[in-house]
Amino acid sequence: MIEIDYEKEKTNYEDKKKAFLYAFPKTIPVLTGFLVLGMAYGVLMQSKGYGVLWSVLMSAVAFCGSMQFVAITLLTTAFNPLQALFLSIMVNARHLFYGISMLEKYKGLGRARMFLIYVLCDETFSIASSDAPPSDVNHKYYYLSISALDYFYWVLGTFLGGLAGNVVNFNTKGLDFVLTALFVVLFLEQWKKRENRASGVIGIIATIISLFLFGKNNLVIPSMILILIILMLRGKKECI
Amino acid sequence: MYLTAIQTLIIIIVIAIGTMITRFTPFILFPEGKEKPKYILYLGKVLPPAMMGLLVVYCLKSVSILSSTHGVPEIFAILSIILLHKWKNNVLLSIGGSTLIYMMLVQHIFQ
Repeated sequence: MIEIDYEKEKTNYEDKKKAFLYAFPKTIPVLTGFLVLGMAYGVLMQSKGYGVLWSVLMSAVAFCGSMQFVAITLLTTAFNPLQALFLSIMVNARHLFYGISMLEKYKGLGRARMFLIYVLCDETFSIASSDAPPSDVNHKYYYLSISALDYFYWVLGTFLGGLAGNVVNFNTKGLDFVLTALFVVLFLEQWKKRENRASGVIGIIATIISLFLFGKNNLVIPSMILILIILMLRGKKECI
Repeated sequence: MYLTAIQTLIIIIVIAIGTMITRFTPFILFPEGKEKPKYILYLGKVLPPAMMGLLVVYCLKSVSILSSTHGVPEIFAILSIILLHKWKNNVLLSIGGSTLIYMMLVQHIFQ
C-alpha cells in the first residue's frame, strides 16, 4: 500500500517537472519583457512616492500590466474609487475575449482553474491559447506553470524596480520590444493554420481602423466590437 | 503619496476587482457543467488569432509614421521576425534576434 502511494507521488512529481520544463522556455520572452517593464513600473511608483511595498502589492493583487501604469494617475489625483473601477473595467475589457477563448482549454482543472483565471493576462493568454502541449505533457501543470511563471516575473520585476531602482547597467532602450515580438511570432504561429488566417487578418484590420477612428488611447473596445461583429457575421455565413 | 494609506489600499482593491470582473465574467456566464451555446464555442476558436492581431497593432499604436523615425525600426524588426521565423522556425530565436536588431536600431541608428 505504502509502496503504491510512493509510486504515485513519484509519477506526480515527474509529471509536474516535465510540464514545468516544457513550459519554461515558452515564457522566456515574457521573463525578459516583464522584468524590464515591471522594473520600470517599480521605479515610476517610487518616483511618485509609493515605495516597494505599495508597488509590489499592486502588482501582486491587481496584476494588470498596462492598467497599473494608468492607475498611477489615479493614485496621484483626488480619491475617486468609482472612476478607478470603471477605468479598470474599460482598460481590461479585452480579457473578456481571452476568457471566451480559454473556456474549453481551462475545463476540468479543478481548483487550479481559479488561479489560472485570476492571472490570465495578455502574455499568458497568447502562449496558452497557442498550440496545446503534446499529450504526454500534463495539461493542468503546463497551464499552471505558464501562469505562475508569468505572474512571478511581473511581481519580481516590480520588486526589483521598487527596491533598487534600475538595477540593470546596460542600455535597455528597445528591450520592451520583446513583448511585441512575442505577439508577432505567436500571430505567425496561428497563421500556419489556414483556417486561422481570416480571423487574424480581421483582428489586424479592425484594430487599425479603430486606431484611425478613435485614436491610440481608445482603440481597444471599438476594436473588440468590430472584431466581434465581423466574426459573428462570418460565423453565420459558415453555419448556413 | 497624495492619498492616505487606506485610500491607496482601496484604489488597489477596486482596480483588482475591475480586472477580475473582466477575467471571470466569461467563466461565470458559461460554467463548466453546462453546455455552451454554439456561437461561444465558435468564438472560442476564432478569437485567439484575431486577438493576437489586435495585440500586435496595440503594441505598435504609438509608432508615428509621420514624425521622428517614421516607424522604420519597427518595420525592420517585424520583417526580421518574419524572415527569422521562416528560416529557423524557432520561437525564441525569432523573438530574441528581432529584439536585438530593434535595440541596435533605436540605440545606434535612429536615435
